[in-house]
Amino acid sequence: MTTTAATDLKAAVLDELRALTPETDPADIPEDADIREALDFDSMDVLNFVTGLSKRLGVDIPERDVPDVLTVAGAIAYLTKKTK
Amino acid sequence: MSTFRMPSLGADMEAGRLVEWLKKPGETVTRGDIIAVVETQKGAIEVECFQPGTLGRLLVDPGATVPVGTAMATIEDGQEEAEPATAPAPKREPAMAEAEAAPALVAPPPPRTAPGRAIASPAARRLAAERGVDLSALTGTGPGGAIISTDVEQSARAAPAQRPAREPGRVDPAAMRQAIAAAMARSKREIPHYYLSATIDASRAVAWLDAFNADRPAADRLLMTLVLGKAVALALRKHPMLNGHYGADGFAQADHVHLGMAIALRGGGLTAPALHDADARSLPDLMARFRDLVSRARAGTLRSSEMSDATVTVSSLGERGVDTLMPIITPPQVAIIGFGAVLRRPWVAEDGRTLEVRPVVTASLAADHRVSDGHRGALFLRDLDTLLQDPEALT
Repeated sequence: MTTTAATDLKAAVLDELRALTPETDPADIPEDADIREALDFDSMDVLNFVTGLSKRLGVDIPERDVPDVLTVAGAIAYLTKKTK
Repeated sequence: MSTFRMPSLGADMEAGRLVEWLKKPGETVTRGDIIAVVETQKGAIEVECFQPGTLGRLLVDPGATVPVGTAMATIEDGQEEAEPATAPAPKREPAMAEAEAAPALVAPPPPRTAPGRAIASPAARRLAAERGVDLSALTGTGPGGAIISTDVEQSARAAPAQRPAREPGRVDPAAMRQAIAAAMARSKREIPHYYLSATIDASRAVAWLDAFNADRPAADRLLMTLVLGKAVALALRKHPMLNGHYGADGFAQADHVHLGMAIALRGGGLTAPALHDADARSLPDLMARFRDLVSRARAGTLRSSEMSDATVTVSSLGERGVDTLMPIITPPQVAIIGFGAVLRRPWVAEDGRTLEVRPVVTASLAADHRVSDGHRGALFLRDLDTLLQDPEALT
């Protein structure tokens, strides 16, 4: 797997969030905010977010790791490790 | 020849605005084809046609708002033409002029008034004058076919004089709230609800779901909502008095379980489209369909059958920290099942002496007392509990 720059990962994370919240720009929420609260995500949204990231970046995000990607900052950090 | 009509896409829907035709006259239509987009208070709905044939004349122009039941198009299906209407259809608006001449499968009620003068109550006449409604265009539902205030109000609501154009697919929050208010007020007014709840040991269901999801890619995982929904669908097989519609002729039991899945919409409001044949589908199949349903509900592209077919509703608010909900039945259904959060709580183990911490969920049932009694509801909740103790069998 090739290394993906943090800026690219952030763009990917925001793109996937944006696809689920056309009314809100996820770039406006604090990076450490829980997306379930900040974007009113339910479990289906979280699952779709994780599915979108997995497909887009070709990484597996096991169910046990989902809590790690519930903030923008957390998702970037997690994906940075996974794409190294 | 048969007639394609404006469908009823939810409790208390009186009219819809045709946004666009998706088929042209002369095109073949098969059962389930989406042939039009109709805007309702709950957003734009893709309307399916269940009469196979060839699309004939289009009787309603895009942009026109017409009442439920209005002939919108003819379908050439090789059948003999239905009996022509015994009376011209009510005059509604210019776009409907052609529709009046169209034969109808179901003839409208015979004329109840002498030409030129409608029989109407004084109150209805005053209201018609205030709202600018043409009484001669209405069919009365009062004694002897007299037009009453309700008829005028419905007509005024069905064809507002000036309605701002909205982008298809976007839900008007105010209209959505109005639709919810109408349906829920009708429910509370007409349906004698009874409520029951039971706290269920969810440890087996949680353990099974965790194991199921652990090694699967995100695209193939399941949500607890679906596990609970499938259990509801299977339990309803044993309790058909909770599954069906209550109409003018009383309760009609459904021969299938179409779960209305309550889905919160962004920006407020909710909808509960049908997850068809939920009792007969595997959990992965249901999950794929539910995913699609949620996505389209939020994009405003639900289909007419999904809006009208639900035979019972499931609502889950657990993710928002609610432990119990007392839901309101969606007419014409006769029951709704609510689930709170799966919470870790003290639980007396099977030996009757040991206290353990287990995940539990509270299931609530609101049911129509005209159709079933608390005893029936209690048996349903007991069976739901039993099913959730063997989650493997739900797949």
